[in-house]
Formats: sequence, C-alpha cells, structure tokens
Amino acid sequence: MNDIARPILAPMMARPSRAYRAVCVALGAVLLWSMLAWAWQIAYGLGETGLNTPVFWGLYLVNFVFFIGISHAGTLISSILRITDTAWRRPFTRLAEAITVFSLPFGATCVIVDLGRPERLFNVIFYPHFSSAILWDVVCISTYLITSILYFYMALVPDIAVCRDRLTGASPFRRRVYRGLALGWEGTESQHRMLSRIMTGMSIFLFALVISVHTNVSFVFGMTTKPGWHTPLISPFFVLGAIYSGVAAVIFFAVIFRKIFHLEAYLTPRHFNSCAKFLLALCCFWLYAMIVEHLYGFYGKETAELAVIEAKFSNPLFWIMFTLCFPVPFVILAVPRFRTIPNLFVMSILVNIGMWMERYEIIITSGEHPYLSWGTGRYSPSWVEWSITAGWFAGFALLLLIFVRWFPALTLWEVEEEKHEAPATALPEGVKA
Amino acid sequence: MVRWGMVIDLDKCSGCQACGVACAAESNVAPGSPREAWKGRLIRWLQFLPQAEGTYPNVAAALQPMMCQQCDRPACTYVCPVSATYPNPQGIVAQIYWRCIGCRYCINACPYTTKWFNWWEPQWAGNTAKATNPDVELRQKGISEKCLFCSHRLQRAKERARAERRPLASHEYVPACVEACPTGAIVFGDLEDPQSEVSKLARSPRAFRVLEELGTKPKVIYLKST
Repeated sequence: MNDIARPILAPMMARPSRAYRAVCVALGAVLLWSMLAWAWQIAYGLGETGLNTPVFWGLYLVNFVFFIGISHAGTLISSILRITDTAWRRPFTRLAEAITVFSLPFGATCVIVDLGRPERLFNVIFYPHFSSAILWDVVCISTYLITSILYFYMALVPDIAVCRDRLTGASPFRRRVYRGLALGWEGTESQHRMLSRIMTGMSIFLFALVISVHTNVSFVFGMTTKPGWHTPLISPFFVLGAIYSGVAAVIFFAVIFRKIFHLEAYLTPRHFNSCAKFLLALCCFWLYAMIVEHLYGFYGKETAELAVIEAKFSNPLFWIMFTLCFPVPFVILAVPRFRTIPNLFVMSILVNIGMWMERYEIIITSGEHPYLSWGTGRYSPSWVEWSITAGWFAGFALLLLIFVRWFPALTLWEVEEEKHEAPATALPEGVKA
Repeated sequence: MVRWGMVIDLDKCSGCQACGVACAAESNVAPGSPREAWKGRLIRWLQFLPQAEGTYPNVAAALQPMMCQQCDRPACTYVCPVSATYPNPQGIVAQIYWRCIGCRYCINACPYTTKWFNWWEPQWAGNTAKATNPDVELRQKGISEKCLFCSHRLQRAKERARAERRPLASHEYVPACVEACPTGAIVFGDLEDPQSEVSKLARSPRAFRVLEELGTKPKVIYLKST
C-alpha cells in the first residue's frame, strides 16, 4: 500500500494553501449569510420569498430536487458499479459517496426552509398521515441518509486505519479521531472478507433505495392532479435526471480534486473516458424521456396540460435548459476527440446548471398555470431565496473541502485492488489513454 | 347522515360580490394591503372566477363565486402529512390551524386553487382586530386556510338545539354568503334529504360541478346560466 497511499496522504498533512483557506472562508461566509437570510424569513414569514398565489412552491423545492438528485450519483456509481464490479469506478467511489452524504443534508433541509412553520416540523412524527407523499419522503430520505452515511463510513474504515498508522505527525486530537473511527481495523483476511460482504449487501439495498427515494421525490409532484406534474413518467424521469446530474457532479469534483491533490496517476484519462461514455448513455435517455413526456401532453391536447407545455416552449429559459442538457453535452461526450478532461469539466458544470433549470421549469411553470384561469401568476425569487440557495451550495462545497483534508479522497484499498488487477482491466480497443 | 351542500345559480347571480364581503367579515379574513394584492397574496375565502363566452361584441361575461368546493373526495386531505386538514363527520373539510406545518402541499393539490396561505402575519388596522368574529379563530403566519362552510354556525345551531332539547332543523344552519346574497342565488342545505330545496336544485339538468372529470365530487354545485 505504501506507494499508493503516500502521494494521497501527503497533501493531507501539508499546511493548507492560501487559496484553499481563502475559498473555505468565502464559502463559510456565504453559508453564514444564508443562515441570516433564513432567520429573516423565519422572523417575518414566507412573504419574504417571491412566492404567491398560485405559485406556492419555488426555489426551495427546486433545490430540494436538485440536491437529492446529485446525491444519487454517489450511490449509483459506488453501489451499482460495485455490484457489477466495474473497474473504472474505483477512483471515483469515495468522491461519489462523499457527494451523496454531503448533499443529502442540504437537500433535506431545503424542505424545512420551505415550511411556513418550521418549528412544527415534528408534527410529522406526532400526527403522521400515511397517505401523504411528504410523509413517504420523510421516511425514505431519512433512511437514505442513515444508510448512505453507514455505507460511506464502512468503505472509509480501512483508509482511516491507514491514516491512523501513517499520519503520525498529525495533531493529537486528529490522531485520536482516526484511532476511534478506525474501529481497530488491522487489515486481516477475515476483516476484508467481512467488509466485502457488508459492502455487497449494502450496495444492493442502496440501489433499491436510490430508485425509491427519487421516485418518492417525484410523487410529491406527480401525485397531485396539477397540470404538468400529473404524469407517471415524472418518476422515472426524475430518477434518470438525478443520476444524470449526479454523475456530472462526480466528474466536476473529480477534476477539481485531481488538480488540487495531484491525483493524475490515479484518475487517469481512461477513467474519465469510461465515465463519459456512461454519461453519454444517460444523456441520450434524458432526450428520450423529454420527448416522450412532452409528446404525451401535446398529443392529448388537454387544455390545462397544453397551457403548461405552451408556456414552457415559449419561455427562452426552457430552450437554454434544453441546450445545456442535450446538444452541448452530447457533442462533447459522443465525439472521442472532444472527450478531454477540460471539456468534461466544462460540460459537467453546464449539465448541472441545465438540470437545475429543468427542475425550475417543471415546478414553476406548473405553479403558474393552475386548472382554473385565476389570472396566471408570475414568480421571481427574492433575495432571501437566492441567498439561501447560494448558502446551501456553499455549505455543500465547504463540507467536501473539509472532508478531503481529513480523509483520503480516493478509496485506497479499492485503488490498490485495481493495481493488482491491472492486466484484466487494460484499455479496451480503440480508446486512447 | 346529513351532507351539507350548496347550490349556486349562475342565472340569478348578479356578480355583486356581497357574498365575498360577508364571508370575509364573518370568517375574520384580514383585508390585506395593496402591496399584498400586487404580489398576488390576498386571502379571499370566496373569490370570483371571471368567465367570458363569445367574442366581441357578443360577449357574455360573468363572475362565478368560488369557495372551497367541499369535495367528498378532497385532493387536499389525502396529501396533508399531519392531518391538519381532514373531512370531518359532517362532511365538511376542516382545518386544524395549530397543527399545520405550512408545507402548502394541500394548496398545490387543490385543483380549484381555493386554499390560501398566510404569507405574513395577518394585519388588522387599528382596533379592527377587536371587532372580529369571536366564533372564528384568528390565523397566524405560515399556515393554510380556506372556506369551512361557516362550520362555527353549525356548531352554534347544534348547541342551541341541544339546549332546547330538540333535533337540529336544517334551516338553522346557514353560511354567511348564503345569508348575504340579495338575489337568493345561493341555496344551502342537506343534499341527502330529497325534499330539501338544495337537493332538488342539485338534480336540475342545469347542475354541474367544476372540474367534475377529476372525480373530487364537490358539494358546491353550480347551475349553468342559460
């Protein structure tokens, strides 16, 4: 393990660079500002947002769907690809799981921020009403959060043990943390067998959970009769969109950490190439679902449904969203020559902006066009909503940045496995390294 | 079992909106400010849906009074995570204000958009809060509310009947909007009683329910204008 661990562990012990500290302070400031904005909203009421009648749900729900969405990447990459034993997953799994664990709390709290009476949150437990999709969400997301934290931690144990053994120069407090969290891991044969069994079992459970969680997120919208939301396609489309934006998010952070921690030897162009092809498949599926969804509504010509579709199509935001989600990533992903790491990095940002806008389109447009012609509403988010949105993204990034200074950004034991198996996972034909 | 329901004859309705004023006064709906109106945040338990038919110059325009449609299969109560809105034994869709967490799921689920949200703490100018109806709870910010068919009046009528040791007669319970209507366009009563005026009108060939195709089975029935 020596040769693999050294370059990964070294930057964890180095004094944080000025840029790293500056970014952390900036992100922390944005997060703090968003807390003030939330306090302001609690003091004065949801009137501080841009919401109105009939646009009752806005930016907070968009962020909710988005954060829960990118959290799925982690589970998908690390669980499905672990079950199928896909070789290229290895350097990505840790990052992917970290994205899951750190984006979930922000996704879940988006709903709490959206409540008119957040202090009554626990009424959901005291007076549960089981036919409500929101209650299903509460159950699903809390299960998902706990399971993915455990899963993340399990895969982390052998690496924490490495930190415990190797980072002898760390502060006493930090060493104590490592010692405690390593759970006495010695790396024996039986411990490895045990870990492998746990990881396989949890992978299967998490895979099922991931599908059900995002299906439930879509139920909150799809189970109402609101035009534009009330379609069974919304569930698979939400799951697909979640995975699409999530995998793009993994690429985004992988490129950043590759640069910061000099992981070029582990996160090779070959890995990015494989991940890009996976994303290409998701990108094509996205177009398919998009066409099917709108074709149904358009062909049926149901008045209220058609009003929503017409409003979407006549909104330039919709076409910007479409361009960011399909043509641009498709060209970058489909042409091998364009599949370079800088290109993938730019594309991963564009896809995530596009997917965020897609959720915005779905939630706001239906809100603005209810069944009855009350005089359709208009929604533009207020400074409070934008502040909280910015703060939640900053908080998510901040947690990731802090994490990678304390724990290895790659799954050392899996990367080591890959080194041993190297001949079996040689480059397929026609792929340039 | 009594099933309280309402018939609104759009032929008799003159669009005077007196019912809306009576409703707001009876149910302690705060008047709201121009700023709230501009933002689209006024609360009006009884609102008027503009209807227009035909093209200029042959236009028939009307205002259709719309309150909570008191569905027999309400979309709002299914989705409430804390049962803060529920169909009560009298068939009226009720609200429990202190339990509501303000998620606005019920409001989004309502296809009629006749549920309201308190974006701010309701404002009562000067001493007007003291002049509110003591039978109806004042609401706070962050919760949803809607027309309750003046169910406090049913409560009052029941108490009176019990005190006088006699059964409740259906004419004793009349919501404020029905009382205020100068043309008698709104009729209220027991839909289950085949002899009641309301159930006779509900069987009229002119009778229709709004968005009937959704299967919510509203207990507010309209009579088409001819």
